[in-house]
Amino acid sequence: MRLTCPLCGERDRREFYYYGAEDYLHRPSEGAPLAEWDSYLHLRDNPAGVTKDLWYHEAGCSQWLLVTRNTVTHEISSVEMVAGRKA
Amino acid sequence: MRYSGLKVITEGLFGNKGWTPAWRDPSPKADYDVVIIGGGGHGLSTAYYLAKNHGITNVAVLEKGYLGSGNIGRNTTIVRANYFLPGNSEFYSHSMKLWEGLEADLNYNVMHSQRGLINLFHSDGQRDAFVRRGNAMINQGDDAILLDRDGVREHLPYLDFDNTRFPINGGLLHPRGGSARHDAVAWGYARGADQRGVDLIQNCEVTGIDIQGGKVVGVQTTRGAIRAKKVGIVVAGRSSQVAAMAGMRLPIESHVLQAFVTEGLKPVINHVISFGMGHFYISQSDKGGLVFGGDLDFYASYAARGNLPMVEHVMEAGMTLMPMIGRAKVLRSWGGIMDMSPDGSPIIDKTHVDGLFIDCGWNYGGFKAVPASGWCMAHLMATGEPHEVAAKFRLDRFATGHLLDEEGTGSQHNLH
Repeated sequence: MRLTCPLCGERDRREFYYYGAEDYLHRPSEGAPLAEWDSYLHLRDNPAGVTKDLWYHEAGCSQWLLVTRNTVTHEISSVEMVAGRKA
Repeated sequence: MRYSGLKVITEGLFGNKGWTPAWRDPSPKADYDVVIIGGGGHGLSTAYYLAKNHGITNVAVLEKGYLGSGNIGRNTTIVRANYFLPGNSEFYSHSMKLWEGLEADLNYNVMHSQRGLINLFHSDGQRDAFVRRGNAMINQGDDAILLDRDGVREHLPYLDFDNTRFPINGGLLHPRGGSARHDAVAWGYARGADQRGVDLIQNCEVTGIDIQGGKVVGVQTTRGAIRAKKVGIVVAGRSSQVAAMAGMRLPIESHVLQAFVTEGLKPVINHVISFGMGHFYISQSDKGGLVFGGDLDFYASYAARGNLPMVEHVMEAGMTLMPMIGRAKVLRSWGGIMDMSPDGSPIIDKTHVDGLFIDCGWNYGGFKAVPASGWCMAHLMATGEPHEVAAKFRLDRFATGHLLDEEGTGSQHNLH
């Protein structure tokens, strides 16, 4: 598997650290009910097909990346930087 | 038909014409007391123990492929009871006791072999952790023996003891650990369940779960609608998809775990061995192949095949530990889909829907749990109460904070 980093270009999977589903981008507010925190931290759609997840370019530019890929075929359709995205 | 040595001999003398299929191939009925979704190891053992322990025989097991076509046929067949945490320890201990009587109980040769499992340690810190683990195992009533370097050498003379980067300081020997023939476990439970009246229905994919007024009333399948008073979801890596049919979002992320097998060799490795400084564990199958595996690929996947970095890591770790295996040719590799929970421990529980139960989150350790998982899931479905050895495998423990984090690494999807 190779990911095309927007800053560094196509790089080996080993340069990246997988963090988890894009749910991590939607952090509840501090006073949110516990159920929201449980959902944010633990509950997942876990789709068999297209998914969006967070990868960190650990051995490259240190950017957090939002990767759109297929969990069944390992096909990667887009890699974008988390920084600068509109929430 | 009862299997025995005498039966094998007489059938051999008369052209093997008397064997009959090990289970029926029934069409689904319109109505069952219990429907189990998933005809793998855990689903089949659940059906078996529902019939055997609780007398509930109006049961169907629905399998979308053929029986045992999932992880029960794709794992590395290790059986062990070397867990540390209260909650896990008693469960795997119970499973080990069931393994020890399984062949007599099922009248089926699952080739359970208690050849001993050795977890190697390479530092003082690891040794201390293993001493603690060994004591926890002994307190649970199981067996553990701490081996020093010479003790390991006596059992495993072929390891690279001259390795200065990762010195072998000793190991924790679990004599009752070992392996079993994975497919035979599924087949044995299938036959046992079928003999007690359970319908094993293959090529029958569940496409919907029918719920009325907060209570489960049946399932929709590719072979028609089936009514049921109780439904159990026992589908491992596909748990999230099936649970979504009941409107649930699970604390599960599915990952791929790779395994490898070499060409058949004469007996060289008599134990199950795990390396403590890299992800590598190995045993030799009765057919002669060296069966070994490593860690997850570490990204969510349903591909049933992995990527090369983990292949490289596993081979490197194997060569570091036991250079002799470099002469063997790898015959094949494959991947299984692991239902990873945030804390690395399983779930056997009720759901928010009355009559709907779930058994999942087996991570990369489901094989050894097959007997106790079925035992406890059957108990829960029959009585409505969790079995005492599975009482901590709650679905809501992530929300309540009652985690079972055996590795002590935290409760997050990418940490186990």
